[in-house]
Amino acid sequence: MTLQNLILLATALFVIGLTGLLIRKTALGLFLAIEIMFNAANLLIVTFARMHQQTVGQAFVFIILAVAAAEAAVGISLTLAIMRRQGTLDIDEMKLLKW
Amino acid sequence: MRKPLKIHNYSKYASWSFTLDPLSGVMICFITFIGFLIHLYSVGYMAHDKSYARFFCYLNLFMGSMLLLVMGSSLPVMFVGWEGVGFCSYLLIGFYTDRQFDPETGMTCADAGRKAFLTNRIGDFFFMSGMLIAFANFGTLTFAGLEQAIHGGGASQGILLAIALLMFAGATAKSAQIPLYVWLPDAMAGPTPVSALIHAATMVTAGVYMVCRMYFLYAQVPAAQAIIALTGAATALFAATMGITATDIKKVLAYSTVSQLGYMFIGVGVGVPAAGLFHVFTHAFFKALLFLAAGSVIHALSGEQNIFNMGKLFRKIPLTAATFLVGVLAIAGLPGLSGFFSKDEILFRAYTTEIFAQAGAGWLALPVYLMALAAAGLTAFYMFRLFFLVFTGKNNVSAEAESHIHESPWTMTLPLVLLAVGAIFAGYLAPGFGHAGLWNEFLAPVFGGHEAAHASHTLEYALAAVSVGVALIGALFAWRMYATGTERAAAAAARSPGLHATLRNRYYVDEGYEALFLGPLRRSAEMIESFDRWFVDGAVNVVAFGNELAGVFLRFLQTGLVRDYGVIFALSATALLVWAMAGA
Repeated sequence: MTLQNLILLATALFVIGLTGLLIRKTALGLFLAIEIMFNAANLLIVTFARMHQQTVGQAFVFIILAVAAAEAAVGISLTLAIMRRQGTLDIDEMKLLKW
Repeated sequence: MRKPLKIHNYSKYASWSFTLDPLSGVMICFITFIGFLIHLYSVGYMAHDKSYARFFCYLNLFMGSMLLLVMGSSLPVMFVGWEGVGFCSYLLIGFYTDRQFDPETGMTCADAGRKAFLTNRIGDFFFMSGMLIAFANFGTLTFAGLEQAIHGGGASQGILLAIALLMFAGATAKSAQIPLYVWLPDAMAGPTPVSALIHAATMVTAGVYMVCRMYFLYAQVPAAQAIIALTGAATALFAATMGITATDIKKVLAYSTVSQLGYMFIGVGVGVPAAGLFHVFTHAFFKALLFLAAGSVIHALSGEQNIFNMGKLFRKIPLTAATFLVGVLAIAGLPGLSGFFSKDEILFRAYTTEIFAQAGAGWLALPVYLMALAAAGLTAFYMFRLFFLVFTGKNNVSAEAESHIHESPWTMTLPLVLLAVGAIFAGYLAPGFGHAGLWNEFLAPVFGGHEAAHASHTLEYALAAVSVGVALIGALFAWRMYATGTERAAAAAARSPGLHATLRNRYYVDEGYEALFLGPLRRSAEMIESFDRWFVDGAVNVVAFGNELAGVFLRFLQTGLVRDYGVIFALSATALLVWAMAGA
């Protein structure tokens, strides 16, 4: 498969992830969408690395994967804390930003 | 004039300084004496009123302003008093807040007070214009200063005439002359002691006092004096004609006041300010007497003021009736009473004056005299009409009032008796019949001595006889028409309904003013108001509406929902990206 297709795929994945981020009501759903966006970014980095015949990109992706996993763990524990506090994960209920 | 007493020098143009000279002295004398009697009377009359204290506050504010007016030694101080009495007149006319109507016209007492104040305000405008022109030309407004400047020949005849006429125009409002007399009949909405004090004895004489005080100016402009005398005579006759058909006891007296004020101005206008002032003095006594006696009648009848609902009261309230009769005789000019002396002196002087010739209109002298004479006859007629309808004739009193008829308490009858004494004997101070009289001698320092008229004694006696005769005819006619009831009068009225209606409706002057001035003024005020409401208020409202509209849209940025903020992030990021790629 050509590299342009891969870039297109990555972009499509990113947009899907973004849309999911904007649409999802539950916190866990948001995290899933974020994961999709991460993967899209990863794919894009690897594709560009391949384009320029370098391996730095692939190494970078490893690190990103690790960080993403850690971040997901932190996120889940935060969600757990919120669940305990509010009893619901509906993000529309968390509107303290509007007094 | 003696040196004035200075209280404080605010500036070199005007200071609170007062003068006590014979002129202010006589004014203070009767203002305070009659004022005292009216205070005493009011203790009785207003005893049951819930605003007793407020009444006396206003009354005393009035007394203070009036005294300020007559004692001021400069025009500004006098003007402060002038305004003060006008203001107190407004307060006192509108004193009753619980009465809905002034009879016939549907006016409330507050409307009457407002009418008085606004009419006076128009006069004040002319007064101030006169003052300003005087100041512009002479640089001073104190009476002493003005007198010096005018005697020194500082200004042209035109300027002097302008000042004289403008200030007289101010006096026409305060002293109820044509064309600004319209407030006085409606001022009867106020309590009777107010009518007696303000609208008979003191405030309305302020105009006459002003002309006397400024006589050094008027003596230089015979044209102005001619106009004053003419206005006075016309007013005297005009008001007298309206008095013959009035139905409210106080309104008759109000027209009588306007008419007598006309006489005072005739006196000043024909060159004898002392005589005009003497009529002020005697009129204060008998008019206050008449008003207070009328108040006593109203009090006795529990508030009835329509003379056609009275009658045959002589035996029931004899003291009031007797003092009222004294007042009627005085005003009609019965020889020997004060009114005779003062009125006769004025008529004699009006006949023999050379003012009109000096002003270049000598033909006016006779018409002015005839108008004054006719007014005298009519005065006798309507005053006796009033007396007969109230105290004799048929008893038309309502049964309810009849059961409560009582003579008034001593606080009300004592002033009546004292004023009656004054009305009888004040005349002996008089000038006339060949001698200067105590009055003129006292006022000599101000007016410069008594000039004998250029006519013989026989003429004086003859004219006196003529005026007494005319008054007698008026009185007899009234006796014939009203002494036994109102049938003859009703028949006479039926024979000439148009004339009767015109007189009843005061020659439709009020309606005329409404149509000519007040109506257009009101309409233009309404137009300005709607312009203000639509455009000025509208402009402000549009701005406010714009703000509201902005808010409606900007509200969406602040929902507090994380998702919305997420959308904003996404859109902004996309926009930035596009912008960056499109060649920033």
